[in-house]
Amino acid sequence: MKFNRSLVLVSKDPESLRRGAEDVYKQFQSSLAEFDLQGEVALAPIADVGRHDALPMVIIYPEASAYGPIRAGDVPRLVEEHLLKGRQVEDLFAPVKELSGRVGWLKSRKGAQPMEKRIVTRRVGRIDPENIEDYIAEEGYQALAKALAAQPAQVVEWLEKSGLQGRGGAGFPTGLKWRFVAGTKSAKKYVVCNADESEPGTFKDRVILEGDPHSILEALIIAAYCVGADEGFVYVRGEYGLAQSRLQNAISQARAYGLLGKDILGSGFSFDLHVHSGAGAYVCGEETALLESIEGKRGEPRARPPYPTTRGLWGKPTLVNNVETLANVPAIVLNGAEWYRSFGTPSSPGTKTYTILGNVNFRGLIEVPMGITLREVINIYGQGMPPGSTFKLAQTGGSSGSIIPASLQDTPMDFESFRKAGVSLGSGALLICDEHTCALDLAVTLMKFFQFESCGKCTPCRVGTARAYKILTDIQKGKGKPQDLETLTQLAGEMEYASNCGLGQTASVPIRDTLRHFRAEVEAHILLGVCPAGVCNVNG
Amino acid sequence: MNPTKDLTQIVQTAVERHGAQPDAFIPILLEINHEYGYIPAQAIRQARVLLHQPEEHVLVSEGQLYGVASFYHMLSVQAVGRHVVKFCESAPCHVQGGRELWRAVQQELGLQAGETDPQNRFTLKTVSCLGLCGVGPVMVVDDDVYGNVTPEQLPNIFARYE
Ligand SMILES: Cc1cc2nc3c(=O)[nH]c(=O)nc-3n(C[C@H](O)[C@H](O)[C@H](O)COP(=O)(O)O)c2cc1C
Repeated sequence: MKFNRSLVLVSKDPESLRRGAEDVYKQFQSSLAEFDLQGEVALAPIADVGRHDALPMVIIYPEASAYGPIRAGDVPRLVEEHLLKGRQVEDLFAPVKELSGRVGWLKSRKGAQPMEKRIVTRRVGRIDPENIEDYIAEEGYQALAKALAAQPAQVVEWLEKSGLQGRGGAGFPTGLKWRFVAGTKSAKKYVVCNADESEPGTFKDRVILEGDPHSILEALIIAAYCVGADEGFVYVRGEYGLAQSRLQNAISQARAYGLLGKDILGSGFSFDLHVHSGAGAYVCGEETALLESIEGKRGEPRARPPYPTTRGLWGKPTLVNNVETLANVPAIVLNGAEWYRSFGTPSSPGTKTYTILGNVNFRGLIEVPMGITLREVINIYGQGMPPGSTFKLAQTGGSSGSIIPASLQDTPMDFESFRKAGVSLGSGALLICDEHTCALDLAVTLMKFFQFESCGKCTPCRVGTARAYKILTDIQKGKGKPQDLETLTQLAGEMEYASNCGLGQTASVPIRDTLRHFRAEVEAHILLGVCPAGVCNVNG
Repeated sequence: MNPTKDLTQIVQTAVERHGAQPDAFIPILLEINHEYGYIPAQAIRQARVLLHQPEEHVLVSEGQLYGVASFYHMLSVQAVGRHVVKFCESAPCHVQGGRELWRAVQQELGLQAGETDPQNRFTLKTVSCLGLCGVGPVMVVDDDVYGNVTPEQLPNIFARYE
């Protein structure tokens, strides 16, 4: 059987044809022949692409790059750049628009590892992370120089215009957060990078820290300059030894180059940075627990408000941002908000990293524009599921994310579309499960995690997770009662409304999602004493 | 993991290395745990003497240090075996073969989560995601990481630890 490495789709609906789609198509045929690519690249017409502002449109898979409007004269360049050299032609991209979901109609296909759009991971694997010279040679610390030459308020405005939203899970607008901290009056302020990354299935921050530690330093220095801080911490989870030592090494190099310490680059601005190790506690990823932990205490979340932006570390205004959020900052400062907005969707600009896991042929980290669909992730980047597997559900965003049934796999993955569908993008972990996964067994695993990681400070979470875990395991062992589902629903509600922090609040999600999408499967354990997926030992 | 090292020396070195400010408490406890294998009550007592400095406005009690040491999963206030096996229990490893592997690990070691064998050779612990899901299921013995582990590999892996 013959596999094509790329697939070119040209829109040939009546409107496209009126605007010259036939010429575009013919030009593709001759250009592909000219570059001798006919054997590797398939060309096909498509009808309605679901949008009419950029016709004729050309969509190239496996990257799912949407170009338009395209004229015959653009085609040779597209073929040479994109198909021959593997570089997307950014100036021909179709204007960013919310995807209708119809762009997800591709067929399952195999082939080379597809190209991605890399911003936060653009240097990972290409530079020596222990050598600051390598970083500098790849545009490193240029954004800092540009920022220091501008007013802090100006830089914050660039960020606000870029539409960057926090990648730590909640999606809070980054520029706005910076403005809050910048607006506080305090002689002492802190910036903190949240590198606690403990969401199950997530390792994007580790890859960035290990592969490009200077990008985080540069972003933190810019952040400190903007908000008026003179000291910063990177809180790295205790298990990430390599990330910690790479950061330490980067910090000493930056100090030696005058990029940290007093009077940075002769600007009069001073800032210094420390690496702080966590000691194994998921809840310390919650920003106020993280601050408690730096202060040498048990990592128990504080009551909010006040938020860290006004009362943070040691009671001072503190900016807390996730690693991936920060990694976007130098690129935005350097290339501008417009450039950043050319990726992703209007409501969620930029790229997102995802970790693809579970029953797929390719597991690992990708960085792609916001707004692609789960179906695309599975079929293109995950290279499909193993033979004989069918997609049953995905668990997105780690334990605190959502469980998504197959029926929702064409929802574009951006903050707004996911919010509308009632699911959470979370940290970007995508756990793909086939029909051999029992939804109840998955819920048990997730609840065990929450029970284990609950810090115990507030009762709804401490008792709620323990009770829910007990009930779920009882059902799994065949000791469930029909009224258990009612009890679980009630517990979920109580945890969601009465818990002090996001841990207890999201602990309700696995219960709610499982009962919403897979209620019959859970009931089968209780009423029939069988596990439909054949996983649980119901009578054992 | 070496409980034969001199505890007083370990505590002192750790405090000297990290300083005696509150933000050093967790790094100090981590170092003691790493050097000694766990944090015995005596270490808490000694650390408190070094860290409590009213004249510097650093006030700390033994209860506070114990509270921290017992909170974090990487710190242990209980004695452990010569080798600690940490098994990832999170969902990604679970659906990638971890479910079956966990049964095999318990059987191979004859231990359940939290237990230490009578010869003091292994302690079995479960941990949350280690961020290595790309190669799950994942198991860590002391500081050695094993990925894509299958039940058949277990005897060979455990045999490396005396
Ligand atoms: C239980 C819990 C765990 C969290 N874990 C993390 C984490 O590991 N990393 C992270 O960046 N944010 C985590 N967060 C979110 C942080 O509280 C905070 O929103 C984030 O660091 C803000 O950064 P951002 O605006 O750049 O996203 C967690 C939140 C909760 C409630």
